Amino acid sequence: MTMPLSDFLLLSPEIFVLIMACAILVVEAFVGKRIADISYTLSQLTLLVAAVISWNMLDTAHAVVMGGTFVHDPMAALLKVAVFLIVIGAFVYARGFNTSSGKLTGEYYVLGLFAVLGMMVMISAHSLLTIYLGLELLSLSLYAMVATDRDSGNGSEAAMKYFVLGALASGMLLYGMSMLYGATGTLDLGGIASALAEPGENSLILVFGLCFVVVGLAFKFGAVPFHMWVPDVYDGAPTAVTLFIGSAPKIAAFAMTMRLLVESLGSLSVDWQGMLIILAVLSLALGNIVAIAQTSMKRMLAYSTISHVGFLLLGLIANTSAGYSAAMFYAITYALMAIGGFAMIILLSRAGFEADKLDDFKGLNDRSPWFAFMMLILMFSMAGVPPTVGFYAKLSVLQAVVDVHMVWLAVVAVAFSIIGAFYYIRVVKLMYFDEAVSDAPLETSTDMQIAVSVNGLLVLALGLFPGGLLTLCIQVLG
Amino acid sequence: MDFERILFFLFATVLIYAAGRVITVRNPIHAALHLVLAFFTCAALWLLLEAEFLAITLVLVYVGAVMVLFLFVVMMLDINTSPLREGFIRYLPLGLGVAFVIVSEMYLVVRARNFGADVIAIPERHPEGYSNVKELGNVLYTDYVYPFEIAAVILLVAIIAAIALTMRKRPETKYQNPAQQVAVKAKDRVRIVEMKAEEKQ
Repeated sequence: MTMPLSDFLLLSPEIFVLIMACAILVVEAFVGKRIADISYTLSQLTLLVAAVISWNMLDTAHAVVMGGTFVHDPMAALLKVAVFLIVIGAFVYARGFNTSSGKLTGEYYVLGLFAVLGMMVMISAHSLLTIYLGLELLSLSLYAMVATDRDSGNGSEAAMKYFVLGALASGMLLYGMSMLYGATGTLDLGGIASALAEPGENSLILVFGLCFVVVGLAFKFGAVPFHMWVPDVYDGAPTAVTLFIGSAPKIAAFAMTMRLLVESLGSLSVDWQGMLIILAVLSLALGNIVAIAQTSMKRMLAYSTISHVGFLLLGLIANTSAGYSAAMFYAITYALMAIGGFAMIILLSRAGFEADKLDDFKGLNDRSPWFAFMMLILMFSMAGVPPTVGFYAKLSVLQAVVDVHMVWLAVVAVAFSIIGAFYYIRVVKLMYFDEAVSDAPLETSTDMQIAVSVNGLLVLALGLFPGGLLTLCIQVLG
Repeated sequence: MDFERILFFLFATVLIYAAGRVITVRNPIHAALHLVLAFFTCAALWLLLEAEFLAITLVLVYVGAVMVLFLFVVMMLDINTSPLREGFIRYLPLGLGVAFVIVSEMYLVVRARNFGADVIAIPERHPEGYSNVKELGNVLYTDYVYPFEIAAVILLVAIIAAIALTMRKRPETKYQNPAQQVAVKAKDRVRIVEMKAEEKQ
């Protein structure tokens, strides 16, 4: 087998990120103590350059290389760019977190880059083998990141739970994959799809394998009833890690679902649609209702993630290209809202004090009207209030569901998101109508403040002009 | 029933027994040793499949390295497992019930009708002089170079994670700096103090 150099060019973002991650590791080890923020600066540069490379590959034609294990298509390019940009934001916030708490080390950025590499592998996977390896690369980096704060009991507990449940989920996924391999005799996603197209295929075994694959995916998404790890991990991990876990990996999980369920098991869609409907309805119900009872901001956002995952799944359930692009739009914009929401916790924290209780947001309007407004935009966007982007994300998903005559599903989703609006708006009420508990001024760095402002305004701007990103999502799936 | 089939059922029975004992014995050392037995019988099954290289690797890596480390960890941590087993009897009926349902469902799906010899062709015997290692080597760096490299990166992340999580400077830890130890001079260690001889009182 020969591999022309042009094949490797398609992998250039992956190769670049890998080389830079290794280089930053060495640089951090030798000069990390002397030059402050060296690994931070280099990581941001890496992500920026990788984003430019991927963006330029948006028009490159669909190609499967590396012996059928790697696929390049416009969807992969767009999702990679989205991951890079979200992680750039996450790193800015992580640095802000570090200046107030000092809990992170240079390894945070390196492990973050390896997690990004894992997500890229998942996004471009064209074989069960690469999907699994990408997922493990991502998960392993995340486990280590959650465990960074060794002295905190909650942190260690969260890391342990995440590790054990993550390993269980990987086992489920692998078992399902082994069944798919047993029934079709190939690991290649395209090969599986063409094997399924032939009549007389052993469909019972395939559906059996599909069950386990869906369970594995649901674990990684954090969809009910496989959500047990989400609140504990979000709550126990350092906030900088929580915002990383809560944002970009959702985009990668979306890509993995697209590759596995849509591209390779598309002809079993009747079976997985039913499974996803159960997951989606349960996630919407439990996420929105349990979030009301939370007093911790991080736990509330964790349950809110669960409910958003339910919405994202709705787009996939529609099983039309409009539905997929709606789900993609939802995944990207949700990641943007999620880093913004967690960043507000960091913004309000200061040395030795973490503002992760809902009460810490009381009277924010008196302390800083501008950031209270930013939080208002983010909360309205998560609740789905126009003119923020969350409204358009929800609208396009619901439209896709209604188009395939599943009106009852749309009604359920809307009903639960109205219930969900309660706890988002409660935050707004706390900020604007309650007395402040402390009048300490915000002590975060300027770049952190700028980043939060940009993030909030972006959520608003994308809501006012959603056309660009929405068309892009439709184009890459077209 | 030919000899090979008898061997298969023998090893399969021992494997299931050993795997069951791993999770039921009280003593963690015994559990680890049963896991060793499970790996050995598994390797024997792979040998029956003519995957001799992988069988030997399984024994070398898992039995030789991983399980020995496991035993060391079990001995050093000295975990009292009795609190972990609380409620075992209480949850046993429910657990058995769920397990029974799952196993019977799985049996109905994954049985000979779906995975039997008439559905999936019996693999052909390899000719004499067939080398498992050679076959693996042929595809490892060609067809599977991309997954292989990712696996390497995963190992790298494991190393970074292990070091990042354990290498930390706590104020109470005492450690040696070999570079300083080597560079030390006699005058750093011995301080000569000049003082007048004291008179006898």
